[in-house]
Amino acid sequence: MNSKSYLETKLPLLFGVLFVIGLVAPFAVYPTFLMKILCYALFACAFNLLLGFAGLLSFGHAAFLGTAGYVCGMMVRDVGVTPEVGILAGTVAAGLLGWLFGTLAIRRTGIYFAMITLALAQMVFFLALQIKETGGEDGLQGVPRGHLFGVVDLSDNLAMYYLVFAIFCVGFFVIYRTIHSPFGQILKAIRENEPRAVSLGYDVNKFKLIAFVISAALAGTAGATKTLVFQLASLSDVHWHASGEVVLMTLLGGLGTILGPIVGAATIVSLQTQLADSVGSWVTVIMGVIFVICVLSFRRGIVGELQVLIKRSGVN
Amino acid sequence: MSGEIILETRGLTKEFKGFTAVSDVNLKVQRGTIHALIGPNGAGKTTVFNLVTKFLPPTAGSIHFKGEDITHEAPAVTARRGFVRSFQISATFPHLTVMENVRIGLQRKLGTEFHFWKSERSLDKLNDQAMALLESVDLASFADSVTADMPYGRKRALEIATTLALEPDMMLLDEPTQGMGHEDIERVVALIRKVSANRTVLMVEHNLSVVANLCDRITVLTRGSVLAEGTYDEVSKNPQVLAAYVGSDNINDAHH
Repeated sequence: MNSKSYLETKLPLLFGVLFVIGLVAPFAVYPTFLMKILCYALFACAFNLLLGFAGLLSFGHAAFLGTAGYVCGMMVRDVGVTPEVGILAGTVAAGLLGWLFGTLAIRRTGIYFAMITLALAQMVFFLALQIKETGGEDGLQGVPRGHLFGVVDLSDNLAMYYLVFAIFCVGFFVIYRTIHSPFGQILKAIRENEPRAVSLGYDVNKFKLIAFVISAALAGTAGATKTLVFQLASLSDVHWHASGEVVLMTLLGGLGTILGPIVGAATIVSLQTQLADSVGSWVTVIMGVIFVICVLSFRRGIVGELQVLIKRSGVN
Repeated sequence: MSGEIILETRGLTKEFKGFTAVSDVNLKVQRGTIHALIGPNGAGKTTVFNLVTKFLPPTAGSIHFKGEDITHEAPAVTARRGFVRSFQISATFPHLTVMENVRIGLQRKLGTEFHFWKSERSLDKLNDQAMALLESVDLASFADSVTADMPYGRKRALEIATTLALEPDMMLLDEPTQGMGHEDIERVVALIRKVSANRTVLMVEHNLSVVANLCDRITVLTRGSVLAEGTYDEVSKNPQVLAAYVGSDNINDAHH
């Protein structure tokens, strides 16, 4: 019991250390690679808010990542808005789409919930593939990074990195706060025992919908940011592969832990980058094997298992 | 205690695909009493519970709470009227602490349950109230424990404390002593008697000795219909009731 609070007291320190690492990292590691990790980490954190803290398994989160990417890309490239407006537009679009998905999906639970989200996301994929404006299989190419607030030139990789890092920190804070809020408390109660939450007078569907919209919007923030980083809104971001990848990242890192999705995203993105050069398309097989090993032998994920270890050593 | 009816069902019926689980049940629960619902397995007791708390929609009939028709209300709305149920399996939030469990019950009063931008520290002002509730069920020393680590009997006590947080006018308890040893049963019976002051309790209970010394009024259900109603003495002498408890000529042997 005390070890739980012990872990919690160390959390601000841990956040501080990670923040400093985030500030100096681009001097040690290739910034584009770091930006990719941060985008996926935010995506996974947003997903974890839904699965880890509301107990809702969405299998359609790629729709939010990808749609926001397209919206941001069009706004910046074709309308000519500044990058921060583009990201905001992508976030809002994903949030609205999340509200639509959520309204339809939360009427069902468990596997049916997952299937509805998957089906809706496939419709979005189909649209993205078919309509002219999204560029079909090519995606939206040549999205300029532009000037932040019309001032800071983002074609400089370091400037872009710090913008992505700042966005990630804000997104992470929003998620952290949501989890540790009066709302988050009820969300956890619903995850733990939904009928009981109903019997205590809570309209559980409203809570689920709000959580879904927040999660979708932040997944959108990640997608919009990613579009600016790579100057491309890619069709693969709306593909169900992306929905599956985020599940893998979250489970590998530690479902329902605050830092797990970041660790999971960093691990998967690093592996993919490293392996893509050496083993080519075998990377999918390797990911599958990792997933199986994770589910079979360390179900709590990397961070989850670490927490248990620390707790145990704290008790002894 | 003037005999005012707090809960009433009229012709309550529930059919599941051709099978009638509850048939034309007219139940009247007087304010301030402890009312038991007993009957053999499959008699429809839990279905009645699910119907009156709106967890299941009835096929026919109506439900009235404090004179108002609540037949078509959402379950959470009914709960907010001060009509709160428990469940057959202990209904706690296992991975939250004991204190947090009770706070979930208290939290709605603050009206901040949708505030996802506020710190959870804003809930600390409920701690004194939560602690008082935990003390009332003898759980104060467990406040910081994770609920899953507590013994079963304690979880049931916690469930009652969480229910009390809503200050309900009426509590429904679904087999509060199920799966408990003797000591736990005594503790829970004492607790129910204590919390039933100024409240109405409707409970499903298998343990007839608990029913005998706790409940003012008893309704016996068999095959979805009301077989008999009255005090324990009246009901236990009813030959139909005795016959319903197959394999025992004495109702007092019927409990497990």
